[in-house]
Amino acid sequence: MADTLQPRDQDDLLEAMTWAADKGSPLEIVGSGSKRSLGRTMQCSATLDLRAFAGIEEYEAAELVLTAGAATPLAEIEIALAEAGQMLAFEPMDTGALLGVEMSGTLGGLLACNLSGPRRIRAGAARDHFLGFSAVSGRAERFKAGGKVVKNVTGYDLCKLLAGSHGTLAALCEVSLKVLPRPEKTRTVLVFGLSEERAVEAMGAALSSSNEPSGAAFLPAKLAAHSGVDYVSGAGSSVTAMRVEGVDVSVDARCQALRELLGAFGETEELHSSRSLKFWREIRDVVPFAGDDRVVWRISVPPAAGGALARKLIDAQPCELFMDWGGGLLWVAMSTGGDGDDGGGAALHKAAAAAGGHASCVRASAALRGHIDVFQPMSPALDGLTRRLKDGFDPAGILNPGRMYAGI
Amino acid sequence: MQMPPADPAILEQRQSLIAALGDIVGLDHVLADETSMRTYESDGLSAYRQMPMLVVLPATTAEVSAVMRLCGERGVKLVPRGAGTSLSGGALPLADGVTLGLSRLNRILEIDYANRCAVVQPGVANLAVSEAVEAAGFYYAPDPSSQIVCSVGGNVAENSGGVHCLKYGLTTNNLLGIEMVMIDGEIVRFGGRQFDAPGYDMLGVVTGSEGMLGIITEVTVRLLPKPPVARALLAGFPSNESGGACVAEIIGNGIIPAGLEMMDRPAIHAAEDFCHAGYPLDAEAILICELDGPAVEVDALIEQVSELANACGATSLKVSTTEDERQKFWLGRKSAFPAAARIAPDYYVMDGTIPRRRLSEVLRRISEMSKEYDLPVANVFHAGDGNLHPLILYDANNPGELEKVEELGAKILTLCVEVGGVLTGEHGVGVEKRDLMPTMFTEDDIKQQQRVKCAFDPDHLLNPGKVFPTLHRCAELGQMHVHHGELPWPDIPRF
Repeated sequence: MADTLQPRDQDDLLEAMTWAADKGSPLEIVGSGSKRSLGRTMQCSATLDLRAFAGIEEYEAAELVLTAGAATPLAEIEIALAEAGQMLAFEPMDTGALLGVEMSGTLGGLLACNLSGPRRIRAGAARDHFLGFSAVSGRAERFKAGGKVVKNVTGYDLCKLLAGSHGTLAALCEVSLKVLPRPEKTRTVLVFGLSEERAVEAMGAALSSSNEPSGAAFLPAKLAAHSGVDYVSGAGSSVTAMRVEGVDVSVDARCQALRELLGAFGETEELHSSRSLKFWREIRDVVPFAGDDRVVWRISVPPAAGGALARKLIDAQPCELFMDWGGGLLWVAMSTGGDGDDGGGAALHKAAAAAGGHASCVRASAALRGHIDVFQPMSPALDGLTRRLKDGFDPAGILNPGRMYAGI
Repeated sequence: MQMPPADPAILEQRQSLIAALGDIVGLDHVLADETSMRTYESDGLSAYRQMPMLVVLPATTAEVSAVMRLCGERGVKLVPRGAGTSLSGGALPLADGVTLGLSRLNRILEIDYANRCAVVQPGVANLAVSEAVEAAGFYYAPDPSSQIVCSVGGNVAENSGGVHCLKYGLTTNNLLGIEMVMIDGEIVRFGGRQFDAPGYDMLGVVTGSEGMLGIITEVTVRLLPKPPVARALLAGFPSNESGGACVAEIIGNGIIPAGLEMMDRPAIHAAEDFCHAGYPLDAEAILICELDGPAVEVDALIEQVSELANACGATSLKVSTTEDERQKFWLGRKSAFPAAARIAPDYYVMDGTIPRRRLSEVLRRISEMSKEYDLPVANVFHAGDGNLHPLILYDANNPGELEKVEELGAKILTLCVEVGGVLTGEHGVGVEKRDLMPTMFTEDDIKQQQRVKCAFDPDHLLNPGKVFPTLHRCAELGQMHVHHGELPWPDIPRF
């Protein structure tokens, strides 16, 4: 049974890291532990539990900046932001439903995974809102980067490097994020009965218009039927959805304009406040694939390639999928595949690369995650650079080793 | 400004380098005589000048790669240069370095409307991207004030901002992919046309790395649909405090304007004298607030902002009703630099960011310092994101005055850091703020950044002497103090 180290402060953390680096003992870094099943299966001799680094430290709404301990629960952040009429604009997904865990994720966890949600197409991902941090590296050194202001180019942008590094470069202690006003109103325009390809065209038309959709997703008929939103489940066909948010009068006008634009593609309908919120939460949290144990992949491609790739995947293997980001993101659940095979990995990596993008596995058994490429394999040049960067932060290879790629 | 000392062994190779570079790009594109190299001796920060050893102007990615391989093998330093508009000396040459100009890589390679992006070469001017897609109703959002000439490659290297970045982000938020050449000549691609890439965010860390990690040879930028309407509001305030309070009110009310600019009294007067934009000369501060989007939204918000401005004690208020009028409001702000140039022989632009709540305090202390140094300072301020541009007016012909200006500038930036801000919001560190890095970062902070540099450029051949106040050999940076297993279990709670 591996030990769990629970540092009380940065001095403790430094001591733990010094010990681990010295012994070459791999550490699994954990905030709340909600995303432990993301990434490749690791062999670690101890768990580094960062729960002590929690709590909002500075938050003044008019500055648009929030600073908090990296292990602050996301739920706590969201309550504080909502009270001030603000939000994390990148709409980070709650991975709980998909991964089958109950606990809330932490701020550090969502940054380490560079999470985002349907609003990615307008507002960016966690990386785009990550302003600064303090951390302890695998060299057992405290360091910081960035700042606590929204506009800063002082020094290299290490926030970008840390975002999505899955805890392989440093243990985050304190983080600063850009926060933005919550929209006054939200509505969603639905178009019924489109094919995957036609849906991507419709979403492309909406995204190329000046109506500023902040979400563009497609559910095939079978998945739409299980939605908790009546207008969607009752559609009896596929549902293509475009969200419009903002100032009251503007939302009305843009919805109207979008319905006129999309009328050429099919019959349209509109979701108002609570239905709209519920629908996008389902998309954000990949609820259509919650509650079972199928292997789930996420494929990121140039948006215009999404429709054709979706068709190709459905024709090639038994799977279910839906699209977000106007076709730029495919969520794919493999209907077959046990631990004996690769969960569809090789085929999906190949198909994603051919479409100009990449595939990563977000849900699979520990056994499967232990022997497949969870992330898209890298070119030799990129692999070399990645190893040199890892070496610069964690030369002893003690931080979440192997979580992203073998040896990194 | 101390730069890395020139290596005589490299200078001795000059003639053979001319021949070798000529073999790659053609001798016409290797500049070696003083007259033709003169253009390259400084960038937008003209206070610093240095003649390069040579200038090379490749025309293709393959030529960039061959030049870099040659220089990498010979240990020759390279300084990349776009349009040369850096305000921090990012393209300042080295006496023993080759300046690699990207002006010949100036084509828009592809416009991909279906994926709402454009693939351009690094020498394409920022504004040229928006112009190329305008007819189709799109634009490229980052708009640094030099956008008519500054290059997209330079924008990536510096992570350029502009007046619209509060709402639309900096360069880093508007990129999808780059092609880059490493110092050994290897051509790599980071990102693509999709929203994210697997592995570490190389695109993110290269953006804003000031030409020190590689040379960018192709950029894929996001295109946005043009907002149907833009309107601006011009409000005068009796004090910097009331202007600053209005900014906080606007954002506190959930409004993120497309642009939100503030100017202080000296800046207002300089601009008004220069271009007669109609700014209120009795105001201590003015605010220009631009809103864009659908007409109904813009109309509603401009109404709301007008009410907020009045509630904050605005002494004058004008709302643009025509495009000409909107442009006129901006004219003064956009001519702030040339306007400063008219009232003093030289000016020096600073670029710090502060938490907005400290604005009036910072402006008061800048004004005190201005008196102490007997150098006038005018302030223009990207108020929405707290990015302050003090302009120090001086005359470089007065002996010792530039040194005084540098000292005052350093004090202003140190003040920005003291109040919780940063040294540079959008101009970059370059050589200008290099020696101030320790005011914001510890030695360990800076060394961690240098280890990133080492992963890309282990021999420090790319743009050395910029950003980092002290150069450390990569081998030294990689060393780690180890205890060889003598450490006991750490004395912290465990379960």
